[in-house]
Amino acid sequence: MELTGAQILLKCLEKEGVTCMFGFPGGAVIDIYDEIPRSKVEHILVRHEQGAIHAADGYARATGEVGVCLVTSGPGATNTVTGIATAYMDSIPVVILTGQVPTALIGNDAFQEVDIVGITRPCTKHNYLVKDINQLAKTIRQAFYLARTGRPGPVLVDLPKDIMQTKIEFTYPDDEEVKLRSYNPHLQPHVGQVRKVAQLIRKAEKPLIYSGGGVISARAHEEMTWLAHSLRIPVTSTLMGLGAFPGDDELWLGMLGMHGTYAANMAISECDVLLAVGARFDDRVTGKLATFAPHATIVHIDIDPTSIQKNVPVSVPLVADCRSALKALKAELAEATSKTDFVAQRKQWVEQVQNWARTHPLNYKDDGSSIKPQYVVEKLYEITKGDAIICTEVGQNQMWAAQFFKYKRPNTFITSGGLGTMGYGFPAAMGAQKAFPDKLVIDVAGDGSIQMCIQEMTTVVCNKLPVKIVILNNGYLGMVRQWQELFYNKNYCETCMDAQPDFVKLAEAYGAKGFRITEKNDVESTLRTALYETEGPVIVDVRVEREENVYPMVPAGASLTEMLLV
Amino acid sequence: MRHVLSVTVENEPGVLSRVAGLFSGRGFNIESLNVAPTEEPGVSRMTITTHGDDAIVEQIVKQLRKLVTVITVRDYTDVKAVERELVLVKVNAEDSKRAEILRIVDIFRCKVIDVSLDELTVECTGDIGKVEAILDLLTRFGIKEVARTGSIALKRAKQ
Repeated sequence: MELTGAQILLKCLEKEGVTCMFGFPGGAVIDIYDEIPRSKVEHILVRHEQGAIHAADGYARATGEVGVCLVTSGPGATNTVTGIATAYMDSIPVVILTGQVPTALIGNDAFQEVDIVGITRPCTKHNYLVKDINQLAKTIRQAFYLARTGRPGPVLVDLPKDIMQTKIEFTYPDDEEVKLRSYNPHLQPHVGQVRKVAQLIRKAEKPLIYSGGGVISARAHEEMTWLAHSLRIPVTSTLMGLGAFPGDDELWLGMLGMHGTYAANMAISECDVLLAVGARFDDRVTGKLATFAPHATIVHIDIDPTSIQKNVPVSVPLVADCRSALKALKAELAEATSKTDFVAQRKQWVEQVQNWARTHPLNYKDDGSSIKPQYVVEKLYEITKGDAIICTEVGQNQMWAAQFFKYKRPNTFITSGGLGTMGYGFPAAMGAQKAFPDKLVIDVAGDGSIQMCIQEMTTVVCNKLPVKIVILNNGYLGMVRQWQELFYNKNYCETCMDAQPDFVKLAEAYGAKGFRITEKNDVESTLRTALYETEGPVIVDVRVEREENVYPMVPAGASLTEMLLV
Repeated sequence: MRHVLSVTVENEPGVLSRVAGLFSGRGFNIESLNVAPTEEPGVSRMTITTHGDDAIVEQIVKQLRKLVTVITVRDYTDVKAVERELVLVKVNAEDSKRAEILRIVDIFRCKVIDVSLDELTVECTGDIGKVEAILDLLTRFGIKEVARTGSIALKRAKQ
């Protein structure tokens, strides 16, 4: 059958199982948009390309599938760069389709031309410029294959306008054609290493699991939970790993690192075997490297060899997909769990970590005179009973959402971890809501971050995506203000943002519902109304204590045991 | 420590910029870099010389392997390999100095490939030690220009 490039592209998307994509049209992609009504792929029109890429990312995080975004050349493409870098830092599978000027004009500074392949080279897993129509289908297949296998990540495909218009006889490329000789993601764990790891954790007196986003992307949460329960190993996790282990489990210590719990950071400093699974020893996690896990033999399971030994010397590396690795460990340890009484063997250690958790729980001072932001997040958890997808913006709102909401399932906490992209949460929530129209999706926001992609209010209203935005409004860029308070002599330079729109009226202007909470007594009832008794998208403007800080806090570069507590 | 990395890559647009961008983006050093096609169609070989401690070089090798267009990466530091560099040196050569320059050229088994009234252009091939040595010796005559290919290397055949 003879098809145009645009038709081939959409056929390929259908074949990859894409049911919806987020995008914004423009001159270079009109041919693609011309075909969309005749394809099975639904298109969600955003109001800014950054919204499209974050939505595709949020869709990917909520489902574990590849998210797709389609934008035009030039400014359309550059507007996605922040979102691409966001997905790259957190290893999220996204395919970005960008329009490009016709091949004959490339390099001529044509209207709306930009070298997006060059610009995104350092922040994509891989990228392509399609210059030959015969390579189009193969390239699209490779893009999806690369995005979803190995360590997932964003892949960009740049599509010149003339390629989209050219007609060829179309045959779908077979698997053999799509193979990349230089790309063989290492999936199966080394048997000898697995044995070594099994022996170490069996004999350990104070083992600890430090889990990361890799556990979620590899769908390895069940295997990890088995390991923790069967061998009585306490679990801490990075921001990206929240949800992989039940937040209400007795072995759960909470997040570690800069704003981690006392119990998690103490456990890191005391453990004798640290089992890092799908985590990358980021500086926000380790604090001062020289004093990180000083007594531990470190085991590191990761699919990406570059993560191993990058920041921390590792005793036993295990390069593999987290799920295959944990399955192999389970098989290796199955006998031991029936023979050894791990409850007795680990009793002292488990009691010790639980004691840390009991004596120094996450807490905050509340005399009832104002609304504490932590209280709002706690109420969100109580009201929803944890049954919601929580997206966050970046800063204090993000940390409180991480600390005071107990995540019980993977893919229910969606946040920009590595890049720390303000403005991420709301469009990501839009993507998650598109994937799960019937689930409650909440964006825990700050008054600063929410204004960075607020234009997507139109998108959620007209697409009937009932995202609930809860703004912890303190009139500050709170996290920066906190650093200024603690380390810059309270010089609150340019962090006061009390000049802000009326968020209730703003919601109404967009055709959504707005609520404002100024009294602590109203928090619960108004949240209930907003979340469960109001149809469609909602903004709840909660006026919280203005100068509340996130604690515990390990100052940047300090040891994890040097926590500032409430 | 100096490392010589031999990297085979898919011969396609952008591959050099992917490799070079990796080094600059992650703060690794490139002392020299040479790229040219190999005997296999579609495959080019890059020879990269770099400096770094073991941990850094381990990262460089792993990061290179992670690039989708990179096929193989070998570190020739601890394996027996032959390494050569080609250098063209344009050196001042007035009558009074000419004889001595030619003697040096002879000792180092180099070639004079261009000559004028007061200049000689010398072609020198050798490992880094030899190249540095002849450049050192020629310095006192006044080197006007140097063009170097950077090292290229191949693993030695099994003896």
